[in-house]
Amino acid sequence: MDEFVNLKETELRLGLPGTDNVSEEIERVSCNKRALQGDTENETESSMMKMETCPPRKAQIVGWPPVRSSRKNIIQTKKNESDSEGGRGVYVKVSMDGAPYLRKIDLSCYKGYKELLKALEIMFNFSVGEYFEREGYKGSDFVPTYEDKDGDWMLIGDVPWEMFVCTCKRLRIMKGSEAKGLGCGV
Amino acid sequence: MPEDDEDQSPPSDLRSQPPCSPNKSRNCISSSSSQTFPDHVLENVLENVLQFLDSRCDRNAASLVCKLWWKVEGLTRSEVFIGNCYALSPARLTQRFKRVRSLLLKGKPRFADFNLMPPDWGANFAPWVSTMAKAYPWLEKVDLKRMFVTDDDLALLAESFPGFKELVLVCCEGFGTSGIAVVANKCRKLKVLDLIESEVTDDEVDWVSCFPEDVTCLESLAFDCVEAPINFKALEGLVGRSPSLRKLRLNRFVSLEELRRLLLLGAPQLTSLGTGSFSRGDQSDEQGPPDYAAAFRACKSVVCLSGFRELMPEYLPAILPVCANLTSLNFSYANISPDMFKPIIHSCHKLQIFWALDSICDEGLQAVAATCKELRELRIFPFDPREDSEGPVSELGLQAISEGCRKLESLLYFCQRMTNAALIAMSHNCPELTVFRLCIMGRHRPDHVTGKAMDEGFGAIVKNCKKLTRLAVSGLLTDQAFRYMGEYGKLIRTLSVAFAGDSDMALRHVLEGCPRLQKLEIRDSPFGDVALRSGMHRYYNMRFVWMSACSLSMGCCKDVARAMPNLVVEVIGSDDDDENREFVDTLYMYRSLDGPRKDAPQFVTIL
Repeated sequence: MDEFVNLKETELRLGLPGTDNVSEEIERVSCNKRALQGDTENETESSMMKMETCPPRKAQIVGWPPVRSSRKNIIQTKKNESDSEGGRGVYVKVSMDGAPYLRKIDLSCYKGYKELLKALEIMFNFSVGEYFEREGYKGSDFVPTYEDKDGDWMLIGDVPWEMFVCTCKRLRIMKGSEAKGLGCGV
Repeated sequence: MPEDDEDQSPPSDLRSQPPCSPNKSRNCISSSSSQTFPDHVLENVLENVLQFLDSRCDRNAASLVCKLWWKVEGLTRSEVFIGNCYALSPARLTQRFKRVRSLLLKGKPRFADFNLMPPDWGANFAPWVSTMAKAYPWLEKVDLKRMFVTDDDLALLAESFPGFKELVLVCCEGFGTSGIAVVANKCRKLKVLDLIESEVTDDEVDWVSCFPEDVTCLESLAFDCVEAPINFKALEGLVGRSPSLRKLRLNRFVSLEELRRLLLLGAPQLTSLGTGSFSRGDQSDEQGPPDYAAAFRACKSVVCLSGFRELMPEYLPAILPVCANLTSLNFSYANISPDMFKPIIHSCHKLQIFWALDSICDEGLQAVAATCKELRELRIFPFDPREDSEGPVSELGLQAISEGCRKLESLLYFCQRMTNAALIAMSHNCPELTVFRLCIMGRHRPDHVTGKAMDEGFGAIVKNCKKLTRLAVSGLLTDQAFRYMGEYGKLIRTLSVAFAGDSDMALRHVLEGCPRLQKLEIRDSPFGDVALRSGMHRYYNMRFVWMSACSLSMGCCKDVARAMPNLVVEVIGSDDDDENREFVDTLYMYRSLDGPRKDAPQFVTIL
């Protein structure tokens, strides 16, 4: 994977929320840590402050907008059928060893492994370490894995991104000794 | 149409000890009367009178008069409403009310619908059905909302209540087609089987064939949410032998052609129709396309139309013959463009309830405003429910509706852009509003014309809509909006807040200013311990408080739990490394007469 430093997150910009194009998955917007003094008079100022303390927009928040899944699913099916891209709305479950319940994310929101892993790190509050082609992930107890269409558990990052999006059924962030069994390039 | 709990009354007094002192029990007739009637005569008289009381509100009030009235009211109440299944135990229900024939029971809080609560949280129907099986063999009606119901529960229900007539399951889960089959088969007096927005597993059981073979008592059959194919031939037979059938809501596995056949069978009696998929497979039409409009012409009594689950738009005009009679129309599963929509709505002069997707655009809403002068309830759902999707409806549509539909009482509106001006206009144009739920899908989005917060708009709504009982807010909101709510929202019973407010003061305004507040659900807002403490004088008078992703500390939650012993304080979803978390993930608290529940799963901590 190419290493590049993503400066967008810390970039200060003027603009209303919603104009940032970086796609990132977060569990909750940490806007409760905002400290606004009195009434907000200058809207651009407050939106700047929001962008400082909160991750960039276009994040898929759990349960927002508040539309029941029975409505979402049906419409999603129609969208997938009519969508020529075909890659839209690839929802997979993500579990992490030790976490009480699952999350669901949309893989099509990410352009590559780096974004995906960053999002997972934020979502589950952990660190994934560094990826090495031969040795897998080093520097962390957690190993991101996924189950592919054949039912095999693979290390995230081993196959090209597009292939991953097509074949991934669900993700699991393994912890500790279980993870050691998964090397790379099995 | 389903959805929503506009219960008007304060909670039933279910305390086991009557509230008044004993010496009042004989003063019911006349304190100066020379004759003293024995208790049982008084009781009989009272019973005969109280049995005419239907309203929950009236009954609750009557039960507080004196010990005798409390007792007799308990004997004569036949319909019981329980807004929170964990507010009391089933045993208490059966002790207090002896002759219940109908039960309405609600379980999970509404935010559970949006994946904010892990599955297996609770709200099990099992203890209720097993207790009632022994206590109320004459039970006729069960209406559940957001409860976890298993097939075994349904089987027990079907076996225990020989006179059972009505089963309504709204937003429930935990059961499948096999449970439905047992109910269909064993409840011989069944009049109503309504499955609404529930999750039903496909056990591959042909439940439609399980209805008894003779003439049935069925009046209403709704299975539009059942995601499983059905035996159409059996359904045809069932409709054919159900002369009392008035309401039929089909699922998407019933094609347009099959619908046509059903309508030709039983259309004249139907008052409510859910049309199924409203599409057809690739069948060749030997003699040209079938005349679907003829089938709808036969529907002389249909006033409520829904379905269109997989709509093929070219067939939509077939419904035109019924449009003039419609009082309720639900297009919320159909992606209909303005051009398709306008000719249809143009004929719907009597429409009072209208649900649709935002695909009809502002243009479609303008058409509604021009025609539907009797509109009471409007719900616009997003076709693309994401924060950053294109929004085909905006303040323009809302403005048009407010000008054209002056009798509007209930609004649910999803959009991407809104202005304060439109809300202010609506607050003046629609004084009958009791329910106002606006969801601006982009979080923290301000008025897109002025760039200001949405405070003034929502402020106008609470100030001018004097009958407002339910409010859901969104967009960029400062504490000022909440100041308005506290000052003017005197009748508000239900309040939903998400990504709003600046500080604890916002929540304080609401807790201190809204005396009728019953249900409070808040997510992702900067409200903390100070705010939580400020409401302690209110929590016993509320049904529940939900706060997730706010700034509440565990310590404060524990303090509240300690100070209020009849309040069950649940903290949901903490991780293993508890100490590292600064704030509580989710707080869900509610009053209870019988203490904390015993069925809480591992991820729930009851303080």
